Parts: sequence; structure tokens; C-alpha cells
Amino acid sequence: MAHNIPCRQAFTDTLTDLAHKNKDIIALTSDARGSVTLNRFADELPEQFVELGIAEQNSIGVAAGMALTGKKSFVCGPACFYSTRSYEQVKVDVAYSKSNVKVIGVSGGVSYGALGSTHHSLQDIAAMRAIPGITIILPCDIHQTRIMTEQLVDFNGAVYVRMGRGAVPDVYSEENVPFEIGKANTILEGNDITLIACGETLYHAYHAGLALKEKGIGARVLDMHTIKPIDRDAILKAAEETGTIITIEEHSIYGGLGAAVAELVVQNHPVPMKIMGIPDENAIHGSSSEIFRHYGITAENITAEAEKLLK
Amino acid sequence: MHIDDLQRTAIHVRKRLMQLIYEARAGHTGGSLSSVDILVSLYFKILKNDPANPGWEERDRFIMSKGHSVEGYFCVLQRAGYFTEEVLSSYGKYKAPLAGHPTRNVPGVELNSGSLGHGLSVGTGMALSFKRDNKSNRVFVLMGDGEQGEGSIMEAANAGGHYKLDNLTAIIDRNRLQISGNTEDVMALDDLEERWSAYGWAVKQVNGNSIPKLLACFESLPFTSGKPNLVIANTTKGKGISFIENNAAWHHKVPNEQQYKDAISELDKMMEELNHGA
Repeated sequence: MAHNIPCRQAFTDTLTDLAHKNKDIIALTSDARGSVTLNRFADELPEQFVELGIAEQNSIGVAAGMALTGKKSFVCGPACFYSTRSYEQVKVDVAYSKSNVKVIGVSGGVSYGALGSTHHSLQDIAAMRAIPGITIILPCDIHQTRIMTEQLVDFNGAVYVRMGRGAVPDVYSEENVPFEIGKANTILEGNDITLIACGETLYHAYHAGLALKEKGIGARVLDMHTIKPIDRDAILKAAEETGTIITIEEHSIYGGLGAAVAELVVQNHPVPMKIMGIPDENAIHGSSSEIFRHYGITAENITAEAEKLLK
Repeated sequence: MHIDDLQRTAIHVRKRLMQLIYEARAGHTGGSLSSVDILVSLYFKILKNDPANPGWEERDRFIMSKGHSVEGYFCVLQRAGYFTEEVLSSYGKYKAPLAGHPTRNVPGVELNSGSLGHGLSVGTGMALSFKRDNKSNRVFVLMGDGEQGEGSIMEAANAGGHYKLDNLTAIIDRNRLQISGNTEDVMALDDLEERWSAYGWAVKQVNGNSIPKLLACFESLPFTSGKPNLVIANTTKGKGISFIENNAAWHHKVPNEQQYKDAISELDKMMEELNHGA
């Protein structure tokens, strides 16, 4: 369905509605209420909203402190800053100290395409993955974002969520959005090759899967919305049953989804793999979709890579 | 607890932390010794707490932001009754519950610390939460003076002033030495009072090795309604043991057998004088 609602808006709308009913929900931000779309939350629930100014380290620490008194802290701001500037606070105050904080990184990946590498977060999954005890989720559309937000309210633990800035096409619908943290969804069945994606790349992987089907190639498409803890069973089953895997992510080809999948595959059931993502360079400047195209994150190119790998 | 008893407790803690460091062959001797009187004043007189029930919702919160001074902290927690002497003795051993920095696995510890500049932000969050809920819990955060080099502390100071958190008290263990030497040579900070006042904090200086003075200071909290509180506790690094006092080399130096014996004998002498005086 076509709409103009970005995932961040779906997240804040859901969170605001839930926060009206649950006074323990706190939204914190570092001068990003506009870019996160927290204005309605701030206006309607000022006692549950905390503005901390341009101070990401303190924002994460304050979120942890509030969580340690029983609050459900959602600290929301640009993924590029929370995953780097305040990385140590996430490591120590949130994950190591086991505080119930959800770090919501918005406008992640190359959402801020033209703003340059200061505003890109293409290292966040790699960095967060190496922290023990943290859950990492990349929702792919507004429907998944909504159900994820509902589940996160009752999920006790450290979580890093990354979502994009612009509206993205739906993969799921309001009626059909299976979601369980840590469990991949098979959105297309097939036994010749598996395409594994997360977040905004899932849509492109899905359409590559459809194109491959038309060519007579059975592509399985897995929505790996939770990168940590990763769905080991779904990945190893895909390796065994389809024999070839391509991962597609809006992240450096180092340390992200592809690496997480490869770590499992290579140690348990080695099969040919291709990791698609952003190469080890400062990404070019352009719109998000231009950058995706430049680096081959399109259904056409994923289809071509699949055919190449199967030759 | 009477002031004499608090002073005896402080001597016991000093002896025990020296034993802990001596036996584990590791520890932060100087900073542990400088902060003992602050910790004893807080845990035995000022904090609303219940060691038998460390999760008690009405408790005041204490955060050891200068997490490396863990030996004194653990000894105080043990003496207050948060855990047994057996647990304390595990310090530094293989798979021990007590690590070389505080963790929440240890009863009474509110935050995993060790990396400097984190505690005040977390304390700010706790204090803000209590304020918003109209709860009377107070929050205390102990920082080092060398720790003041961490910029994140200024972010927290800014927020504490902005949100008028008079239920929040930051304490700086101003022992004037950090690992590389005198704080004023490494990165000068002698204008602490002006800096923190500018951020909207009510600041008091106190002799941080005098339990009566510390108690008087803490009992006057909040210093100014609507302002977070900063106590600059002027201390002596290595306090209580003559050859360790004011010697930067003892930041994390471990005593040899003779030094350990000398230290204990100095502390025993101090105890005798206290008992005779009493």
C-alpha cells in the first residue's frame, strides 16, 4: 500500500498511544524531537518526555538511570550519533548494567544520504553486535515497526533499534505482520537460493526473489529483522536446504548482517555466500535511493548477483 | 551510630581494604583510602538504606562513579551488611563475584562502573525519575577529581541544573592527585566551584576526611532549594597511612609484606589513640 508514513512516525505514534496508558514509558531525546517525530509525545505527555539537548552521552546515561528506577526508557535520536558518540554509555550504562533501555536510532544507514559520513550509520550493527546482552532490531516497514514497538514496551532488556528516515514501501500489511523478536520470517519460499535482508533492504530482496521465481529460480527470502540474537535455525536450515546465500544490508559489508550470517554458516554448514552492502569506504553523497542504486542494492542487481552465484 | 563509632568503622575499613589489596596483589590504594570517610558517613549515617533488602524501593541511591576505588567501597558495603565477609574475601580471585570494579551482581551496587564520567548521568536520570514521581529518594554520586576531565560530566551537570535536581548530590573526592601526578599539572581544575556554580549547582567545600564535617555538610542537604548539590570533599590521597599519603605512585601500587605490616600498625595505633581519647 502506498503511504507517506516513515517508520519513525509509526514508531512514535504507537509509542505515544501506549504511553498514554502506561506512565512508566519515558521518551528521551537529544534535541531531535523533530527529526524523531516526538512532537506529539512531548506535547501530550510532558511528564514522560525528557529533553537533554545536544548531549548524546548524557542522554543514554540519563535513560539508564531512569530505567534503573523502574521506567521503560526509550531514548530516541539519530542512529549515527547514538551508535558512535555514546557507544560506551550503551555498552556500560545500558548493556553491562542491565538497564531496561531501548536505544532508538532513527534516520539510520544512509537515510541522511547527502549529509555525508558524519550522518551515516553504516557501522552501528557491527559495533552493537559485539556488546554482550543487547538485542538488535531493524524493522522493514511501518507495520512491523508498530508491532515491534508494542512488543518492546513489555520486553525487559537492552535493545538497539535502527530505522530509516523516509517513507518506505510496505512489505507486510496491517493484517499480516508476523513478528517475534529473534525469529526470522520467511516471506518467500524457495529451495535454490536464500536471500537474507533486514530493514529497508528487505523490500528489494523480496522483489529480487519474485524476479528470480519468474526465471524459474526458487529463492527463499528471509526477513532477519532481529540481527541479535540471530535466528540460527532459520539460517542453518537455509544453508542446508538451499545451498547458497546472499545477504543484503544497508551497512558496511564488515561486521553486519552478512558477517553474522557468515559466522554461523562457515562454522556449521559452509555454502557459497555473497555479502551485499556498502563497501569499506565513505559512502557517496546522494539521496538514499541513489546511494542504494550506486552500491547495487536494487532488486535487479540482487537478481543478477543471485544468477551469477548459481552459475 | 556515634561519631566515634563511625571513626572506628573508617579505621576498620582502611585496614580491611589494605588486606584486600595486599592479598589480591591488585587494587587502587590511594583513591580507596581517600574516600573511606565519605563512604562511611554516607552508608552508616546519611543514606536511607536497608542492607538486608538492597532492592528496597524507598532507598536512596549511591553511585560509585570513581569505580576504581572499589576496595574501600566493597569493604564499606560488607561492613554495612550487604554481603558476607566470605564474599568480600573472594575479591580478585578466579570467577569471584567481586571484580576489580563495581558491578550490579554485588548486592548494594547500583551501577556497573569503572569507565570514568558515567555515574553522574545515570544519577541524573535516577534523580529526575524520583522528582517526576514526587518521591523523596535522594541520589548521591561519588566522582574522582581526575575524573573531572571527562566531558560527559559537564553534560550531566548541565542537565542537573536545567532540571533543578536538588535531590541529586555529586561529591568530588578532591585528593589532588591522579595517576600521572598532581591534578593541576595534568589538567588544572582548581576552579571547580566556579564551574559548577555556573551550571546552576549549589556548591560546598568540606574536609572530606573529617567525618563530623562531612556529616554536618550532608545533613544540610539540599543546600539550596531547586539546585543540585556539589560537595567538593577535600581529601588526602592515601589518607591514614603516612608513606602512602600524597604520593601519586600509590594510585594503584600494591604494598609488599613490610609495607602492609607498617600500614596495619599505623592504623592500629590510630585505633588505640581513638579508643584512649574516647
